[in-house]
Amino acid sequence: MTQAAMPTRLDAKPPTQKRLTSTTRGRRITRPLQYLALLGYIVFLGFPLLFLLSTAFKTPQELQSANPTFLPMAPNFDNFFNAIEKANLIQAAGNSFIVAVSTTIIVTLISLPAAYALARFKTKLRGIATGWILLSQVFPFILIIIPLFLVLKQIGLINSLVGLVLVYTVWSLPFALWMLQGYVAGIPVELEEAGATDGGSKLLILRVIVLPLLAPGLVATSLFTFISSWNEFFFALVLIQDPALQTLPLTLARFVGAEGQVQLGELAAASLLATIPSLVFFAIIQRRLTSGLLSGAVKG
Amino acid sequence: MTALRETPLPAQKPRRRKRGLGAPGSGGGRDAWLLVLPALIPVLLFSVYPLVQGLLLGFTDARAGLDAVTSFNGVENYNRLAGNELFWASFRIGLIWAFGVTILQFFASLGLALLLNLDLKFRWLARTLALVPWAMPPVIIAIMWRLMLNPTYGPINESLRTLGLPGDTNWLGDFSTALPAVIVVGVWAGMPQTTITLLAGLQNVPTELHEAASIDGAGTFGRFWHVTLPSLRPIIIAITTLDLIWNFNSFALVYVLTAGGPGGQTMLPMLFAYNEAFRYGNFGYAAAMGNVMVIVIGIFLFFYLRSQARSRLS
Repeated sequence: MTQAAMPTRLDAKPPTQKRLTSTTRGRRITRPLQYLALLGYIVFLGFPLLFLLSTAFKTPQELQSANPTFLPMAPNFDNFFNAIEKANLIQAAGNSFIVAVSTTIIVTLISLPAAYALARFKTKLRGIATGWILLSQVFPFILIIIPLFLVLKQIGLINSLVGLVLVYTVWSLPFALWMLQGYVAGIPVELEEAGATDGGSKLLILRVIVLPLLAPGLVATSLFTFISSWNEFFFALVLIQDPALQTLPLTLARFVGAEGQVQLGELAAASLLATIPSLVFFAIIQRRLTSGLLSGAVKG
Repeated sequence: MTALRETPLPAQKPRRRKRGLGAPGSGGGRDAWLLVLPALIPVLLFSVYPLVQGLLLGFTDARAGLDAVTSFNGVENYNRLAGNELFWASFRIGLIWAFGVTILQFFASLGLALLLNLDLKFRWLARTLALVPWAMPPVIIAIMWRLMLNPTYGPINESLRTLGLPGDTNWLGDFSTALPAVIVVGVWAGMPQTTITLLAGLQNVPTELHEAASIDGAGTFGRFWHVTLPSLRPIIIAITTLDLIWNFNSFALVYVLTAGGPGGQTMLPMLFAYNEAFRYGNFGYAAAMGNVMVIVIGIFLFFYLRSQARSRLS
């Protein structure tokens, strides 16, 4: 629905007749300039990505050549296979996956009722929660991580994926809650009231009326939580020391220090592989995410 | 919502509209607490408690190690910090980084958002590309830009050489270029949120306002200055505030790009405090640095938001 709504609003933008006639002459000069600026942005944003892609498909000999070409001369997947074999990439991806999925499930389960309460009950709680959500953005992680490190050490959850999931849960909760309560607020209360008039129990109303309407928002929120956990680096750096428990960003960051000319291709290939899950999920949710952010901001 | 409003509702309905299901009369408070509880417990245990503890740690001599005894030492950490030139140098770098990235990001994103709001071809391509950094792990953005900026075979030096310019700059390794280079990467990495937020704001500017302004004879720039900017204002304030906080607290990008080098030229406060805590084990001292960072951010936010609120009233 949003997907259809956005472009139409964009297309509705072209100015009315009156503006067209009054500015046609100016337009002839400004249009090329606008395209030039757009091209500048496309190069700035896109070139690094293309370069990463091309590096991943180049052979070591080609990477060392004195006259490098932009496109790989003999594109091949060797770098990908080598990268996977080396540097326990599979294991790291497995760890990242376990952590991200567990975090996503827990965050979704506990933020769903809370988001409903925040959106529907106008109690003091709402003010407190909003305050906390904003505050959680302000404090530098260093303040939280030191005591958290000490606490987790005491209960034996340092150097453990469980501990990491715990930290990721509280860390991604504010944003998930913020997004989700925006989606709940977007569902008209009248629908629930109509359900109550028809004699439905609370649970039935939530399941039959609210949940289906909330589903897209719920998917967006969960996927966003997955992406955040999959990409996270700082907490993992502090909490995980055992190489067998490292997540992907940790493994890749360690890879960087040891880079020689030869390994650059593998580094690029591994980076591409590690980005794919986030990128795919992001492609699915991006429309909802951008509209959800705004609705959260406006209604919050 | 609008569709619902158009259907005539019984007269007494609107008064009840804001209430949820479990809210008979003014109650519902207990239900709300019950629903929030599953989220509240982990937050209290692993977010609020550590935060309070972290603030307090800043007033102790806590150190890493099994037999270390922790005791309060009042403001001693802060006296030491006041004389720690390295920390203040890092603080200055942190402010240059945070303001530099936020300001450049804002102008770059505003430009892009304005272009995306026009009816241009290839708009979809720019929009898609502008979103990609949002999905990428910061570590990988850093790796990618290390390849880009590589002094010997990176494409940036390569193109400079092709143009006949000196193409041997070690962008991330040179004292004078490291911080600017890192700031450029920061701008690249943070553009999506800012661009999309501003674009959404632009699309919400009522077309009638623009029409009215152009009937009054306002040119493109006049319409931008008198119509677009004022309506965007709340969004601009919100996103620049958030960007500034995020940038000041950012870690992964610069950690992988330069690890604070060369010679501490890109040592952001977060990196400095991280080294102090987890490399040298000075937990109390590092927490004190965190407290100073909070206070500085707090003061800045207070003045920024107050000045914005005032100028909106006047």
